[in-house]
Amino acid sequence: MTDSIIQPRAHQMSEEGAYLAVENLTIEFPTPDGPLTAVNDLSYTVGMGQTLGIVGESGSGKSVSSMAVLGLHDTKRTKITGSIRIGDKEVVGLSESGMRKLRGNAVSMIFQDALAALHPFYRVGGQLAEAYQVHHSNASKRDARRKAIEMLDRVGIPQPDRRVDDFPHQFSGGMRQRAMIAMGLINDPSLLIADEPTTALDVTVQAQILDLLQDLQREFNSAVIIITHDLGVVAEMADDVLVMYAGRAVEYGTTKQILSHPEMPYTWGLLSSIPDVQSDTSARLIPIPGNPPSLLNPPSGCSFHPRCAHVDKVPGSLCSTTLPRLTPASIGTAHVKRCHLADPDAIYQREVLPEIAPDLVEEN
Amino acid sequence: MASPEDTARVGRHTDQSGKSPEAPNATVAAQFQDSATEDPHDVEASYASFGELAKQGHTAAVLDPTAEPVIAVEDLKMYFPVRSSGLVRRTIGQVQAVDGISFEVPRGGSLGLVGESGCGKSTTGRLITRLYNPTGGSMTFGGQDIAKLSQRQMKPLRRDIQMIFQDPYTSLNPRHTVGAIVGAPLAVHDIVPKKQILGRVQELLEVVGLNPEHYNRYPNEFSGGQRQRIGIARALTLNPKLLVADEPVSALDVSIQAQVINLLQDIQREFGVAYLFIAHDLAVVRHFCPEVAVMYLGKIVEIGDRESIYSHAHHPYTQALLSAVPDVKQAVIGGRRERIMLEGDVPSPINPPSGCRFRTRCPLAQDICARHEPPLLQIGPRHKAACHFAGEIGRHPVTPVTPRLLGTDDHGNADPGATPSTELTTQAGYSDTWFDLDKKTFGRA
Repeated sequence: MTDSIIQPRAHQMSEEGAYLAVENLTIEFPTPDGPLTAVNDLSYTVGMGQTLGIVGESGSGKSVSSMAVLGLHDTKRTKITGSIRIGDKEVVGLSESGMRKLRGNAVSMIFQDALAALHPFYRVGGQLAEAYQVHHSNASKRDARRKAIEMLDRVGIPQPDRRVDDFPHQFSGGMRQRAMIAMGLINDPSLLIADEPTTALDVTVQAQILDLLQDLQREFNSAVIIITHDLGVVAEMADDVLVMYAGRAVEYGTTKQILSHPEMPYTWGLLSSIPDVQSDTSARLIPIPGNPPSLLNPPSGCSFHPRCAHVDKVPGSLCSTTLPRLTPASIGTAHVKRCHLADPDAIYQREVLPEIAPDLVEEN
Repeated sequence: MASPEDTARVGRHTDQSGKSPEAPNATVAAQFQDSATEDPHDVEASYASFGELAKQGHTAAVLDPTAEPVIAVEDLKMYFPVRSSGLVRRTIGQVQAVDGISFEVPRGGSLGLVGESGCGKSTTGRLITRLYNPTGGSMTFGGQDIAKLSQRQMKPLRRDIQMIFQDPYTSLNPRHTVGAIVGAPLAVHDIVPKKQILGRVQELLEVVGLNPEHYNRYPNEFSGGQRQRIGIARALTLNPKLLVADEPVSALDVSIQAQVINLLQDIQREFGVAYLFIAHDLAVVRHFCPEVAVMYLGKIVEIGDRESIYSHAHHPYTQALLSAVPDVKQAVIGGRRERIMLEGDVPSPINPPSGCRFRTRCPLAQDICARHEPPLLQIGPRHKAACHFAGEIGRHPVTPVTPRLLGTDDHGNADPGATPSTELTTQAGYSDTWFDLDKKTFGRA
């Protein structure tokens, strides 16, 4: 089934204006137990100056799809179909040397675990300078070092001219994450992919890093993808949200639409399984039962149906036999969802919201 | 709204646990039954309808103000020596990981302990389970001060205080079966004859929502959420009175977190266990704990009931922490929430700042903060804060509230005319009279 996503029009952005356009991306890995489809028919776009949040559980394909954008999969083994366009360049099928010109230059990535992503034997400054020199072959060592110091200063590391000669282990967790961001931004990339950039950090440091990312985005007008499982981070950072489940997009739209009028039971589940710092204390914490499915042998029909609490509201056995298409949501225009439910917003307002946020119901 | 399949599932599980005298909540167990035991694609085995699912979910825990404390900690200290390198390893300093904290955990209730990494919250948990020997202070549990007991004297008490660890991947021995892991405490404490251990293990697996027939599997055959359930079953084996849960959900996926939190609440209701809940996720702590203590660099800076901490925080650090939490509701408003930025990093606990430990990053800090450590003052019926300028956000007093208590002037210089108050204590718990911030005197409000 090839149903491409309907482009959210909230920002009035044309397809051509999008800096990154992913279309019908499917990624398959061969495993001893047969082929594993990690990402299935995924489409999304990110414009310059825009932030896309990708949410989902572990194994939902959020990291795999973004790594494909950087061409980080083994091209010999991985079967990638569909199209990924960065600017006007097609990335799927691009040669390794062509990819290397793009990687770290136009597109760069910030990884979750900065201690593992930085080389423990090289000085932080040296690693930053290397990232710069790879794409600026004319630059002298002194220029690269100056640039490294400038970037460390930019991301708010105190005494950058001294800290530039430190090793990664001499930095605290928040500072290492800043150094990673500095490395990601040293070549002024137009697209920055942040894979769980703040998951391992304390809330106060997380707030600093998120502020930093936002300031830098404003400054460079870059496109940003934030991969996270924290809906709070998405709510404060992202313009658009893509919810992924078992390798597929299940809901995609503007952040405001998705978080205030979600229309897919999986998104409801995500919202109902996190408490809120300000919510009513009579709000219930309702988990999603069961575990994420195996991608080797995905469920028939809608891949969420074995864990879905609303299957009984769909006539017949539609959920277990037919994969729902991505269709426009009932409210709003910049919003698509993959669900058979006839009137999901009404069910959400009537059944789900009173349990998870009683205070919001009274307002309506 | 129970479909016939659901009833059948429940019935089946009750049969399996038929031998247990204190029949565990079979519905809950069935609810949490993991899909590994059944074909996940089998429509017949689909889960309860949303209405039932919602009823299984818990609302935020409620405070029982009359509950007696199960443990009372007073002025607890843990200093780790810092030794020089070389042949003679002299002690050249001390890491003041926990420096004089006092709190109580009510019987059958929960106290949350929050703070940044390195603030001493995990050390506190390990002190209470006596994995460390405290440097000073007392911990009253069941009429005994367990801070001073020897390892031998401690052993019979260990069954009453158990621990749930953060990382379910490293806290289970990969070469032991689940049955051996969960049954080990029974064998160590020699409680039941060897033949009966298996029965009790299966009962416990049922309670935490695992299939009791899986006792002979190894931890690697389970997912993260299931492993955490095994860890919880092990902690429950000896019917403890107090469970120290050190970040029990932070290593789990969001949807699985809620399952484990609900399970912990079920256990609390069923067995009356008290929790010391250590976590850095303020939203989870708010949901789980009616009382919360906020720690910074080895000290409790603010402690109180949920309402006092989350809606009327008086300490600038608590306020900064709360303002840093990203909020889902922000999506409707758009943009970022207004927040108090904290500059720099947490100072080293080897050489903490003089006076108030938070002053180096505090937006309110003045002279007195560097000269005198603020006492942890009771400022409401169930609310204590340690700040010279305690006040709600945006309404901090201009002059410090503490000089008369400390016998100083407003800048912290010793005032010959004033004497330090005798009403300052390091006592755990709350008294009937408290310090009125407006009148700056002790009295009943």
